[in-house]
Amino acid sequence: MSFFPVNGPRNDSPGRGLSRRQLLRAAVGAGVALPFAAACATPVGGGGGGGSQPAVTGTVSAENPLGVPANEPFEVVIFDGGFGDAYARNIHQPLFRTKHPDVQIKHTATKEIAKTLQPRFASGNPPEFVNNSGDNAMDFGALIQDDQIADLTPLLDAPSWDDPNVKVRDTILPTAIEFGSYDGVFRVLPYANTVWGIWYSTKLFDENGWQVPKTWDEFLALCETIKKSGKCAPFTYAGKHPFYIYETILTLAAKIGGPDVLRNIDNLEDGAWKAEPVLTAATAFAEVGAKYLMQGTIGLDHIQTQTAHNKYQVAMLPNGSWLENEQKDSTPPDFGYAVFPLPSFSDSDAMPYGTLHSRPGEEYFVSAKSRNPRAGMEYMRAMLSKQGAGQFTELVSTLTVVKGAAEGRKLSPGLASASAALQAAGDNTVYFRFRQWYAELHDEVAAATGQLMSGRLTPQAWAERIQRKSEQIKRDDSVKKFQR
Amino acid sequence: MTHGRTRFIIGFLAFPVLLYLVYVISPYAQAFYIAMTNWRGVNANPQFVGLENFRRLLDDAVFWKAVWHNLLLLILLPVGTITIALFFAYLLNVGGEGRGVGGIRGSGFYKVVFFFPQVLAVAIIAVLFQQVFRPDRGGMLNGPLMALGLEPIGFLSNPDIALWSVLGVLIWQAVGFYVVLFSAGMASIPKEMYEAAQIDGAGRAAMFFRVTLPLLWDTVQVGWVYLGIAALDVFAVVWVMTAEQGGPDHSTTVIAAEIYRNAFDYFKFGYASAMGVVLFFFTIGFAVLALRLSRRERIEY
Repeated sequence: MSFFPVNGPRNDSPGRGLSRRQLLRAAVGAGVALPFAAACATPVGGGGGGGSQPAVTGTVSAENPLGVPANEPFEVVIFDGGFGDAYARNIHQPLFRTKHPDVQIKHTATKEIAKTLQPRFASGNPPEFVNNSGDNAMDFGALIQDDQIADLTPLLDAPSWDDPNVKVRDTILPTAIEFGSYDGVFRVLPYANTVWGIWYSTKLFDENGWQVPKTWDEFLALCETIKKSGKCAPFTYAGKHPFYIYETILTLAAKIGGPDVLRNIDNLEDGAWKAEPVLTAATAFAEVGAKYLMQGTIGLDHIQTQTAHNKYQVAMLPNGSWLENEQKDSTPPDFGYAVFPLPSFSDSDAMPYGTLHSRPGEEYFVSAKSRNPRAGMEYMRAMLSKQGAGQFTELVSTLTVVKGAAEGRKLSPGLASASAALQAAGDNTVYFRFRQWYAELHDEVAAATGQLMSGRLTPQAWAERIQRKSEQIKRDDSVKKFQR
Repeated sequence: MTHGRTRFIIGFLAFPVLLYLVYVISPYAQAFYIAMTNWRGVNANPQFVGLENFRRLLDDAVFWKAVWHNLLLLILLPVGTITIALFFAYLLNVGGEGRGVGGIRGSGFYKVVFFFPQVLAVAIIAVLFQQVFRPDRGGMLNGPLMALGLEPIGFLSNPDIALWSVLGVLIWQAVGFYVVLFSAGMASIPKEMYEAAQIDGAGRAAMFFRVTLPLLWDTVQVGWVYLGIAALDVFAVVWVMTAEQGGPDHSTTVIAAEIYRNAFDYFKFGYASAMGVVLFFFTIGFAVLALRLSRRERIEY
């Protein structure tokens, strides 16, 4: 897509103009975006169900509860993003080999999952094990709609890697099972457990005597104090990616009105976005947007705002617990990352102080139409061992969904703080799922929330706009619907 | 003899025609087919839905926003680029001071400098301008403004301005090429014509409108068509440079960006293909129209 004509016009012979045929050819040749979708991958057609080969299985035994065939190779595809791929090569794959020394693992790492894999799914030759993550991840709804993802119930019912008397089901957080289930069937393993909250520097707060706010009034008062101090801006978020702030708004809405607020949103209920708690939360953050944002926030991305935070140019920002790992190269050694939960809005909040948005993320699945799906499931069983999960936590500074796997491990300050906040929250965690279910709704909420924060949309108009999109998706029968 | 010639032609043409069929025509044909399915990209057997996708397009506000932006660019990008490029090319070739016909001092150097943006990859330009437009002290434009105590301008974050920023980058990138193109065209205009005009007492403006532009018309026409197609095809700058890839709030999105988003973010390949088909007809329509409108008497010399 350059402005450079492919066949340069023959301006050196001014007697000859451009014929109609040349012009039309140029129009086609200059790369109209049409062949885009078609050229990348097209369905192979033919054969009902789409040319998948029969799966291989081995003998089930106490040693091999999932029946992994002894000599069949399989392929592991890892998203090479924030976590890198070293954890798979150096932790999980050696661990897998301790029980299956003769099984060859083909390791593939890519930054672009969909571009690498989508043609393979369309042609019936998918890899066994996929870490479907990153900007270029494949749409889970589309994969499930087309029956590409294996049912992982056998994995849940298998004995755990560490203890034959305990099932895998009982070693992981119940939310992980809930999150991995689509239409009641567990199909996707979310491995990392993310905690959201407002992040700050303990050094900056201690030096200035600022206290973590527990109520919304205290929060606004703190913002005012910081603003008046002139030392830094009170608040920022990744302005170019308004997800970070709509996440915060929705968490506050759930705190005010209870978890059903988010359930209704996920289920595309009528009026879910216009519910009072959602409007209240949006109004509260619109006020923060109007008064306390770091200058330029709206136009900065997550790295730029996080770096401003590390440079003590801003005091607080909402983020997930991957933040510390993501910023490890630009954080001063004594910065002291820590997180606090959203302040309580009022005494009549439905959920107590300490309520967190926490959810399992970083998704893995086994391809239903791959050749050796059992090996993919066994690989997950290895990942879900105490050793596999614990070493992962240490290496990439992220909690996992494996219960107790972080115990006794060395945690960095931010991760320790997130872990403590999660402990304190107990059962008071909330989450929403529409971001994964309906990418279009996510984009609309992000776009509208950016406008809300910059004062171009009133909370009422914001809610109405998103509600319209939600209803439009509900009516669109080409999009698969989910319920929770 | 005739037989030999036919063989000769077939021998030369068969291979390119085959390549063209496989890599150009067949993707188009497939795209037309996919546009009539609800294919989501991972299934081997998409379901045929007829014109359903096109019906949906009619109520897709974001798509129409994208179409509108493409149409704006279709007019503004060629007008802006050609005007500036003609002005520069004229200065570099004819507009010099003093007697005789020649460019201003240092015109050879300027030609090279103007061409620089053309050498850079579009993605690099987009990243570069992201930094130029940054809304904080790190921004090349906003940094000095803020140092003077002024409010930063939201070049890419204010939806009222963002499309103009995109247009500015597109023109900045395109101008160099057309300066060189028009310079080459002007170089082939006989010097005697200018000299005759000068003797007749024509000023620089008169020389431009009475001599240069008419004799350069064919080249301008070619430039117009290419820029028009480029305007319909804008993608990389929007995708890489703008917030939310076509934002904020869809204020800079274009058809190609919506095709990409629907195909690779929403996995609605059928729907995205339908957009592609619409874009295809826009482009063909534009090409035909541009040819019709710019058809005029050719000046022979």
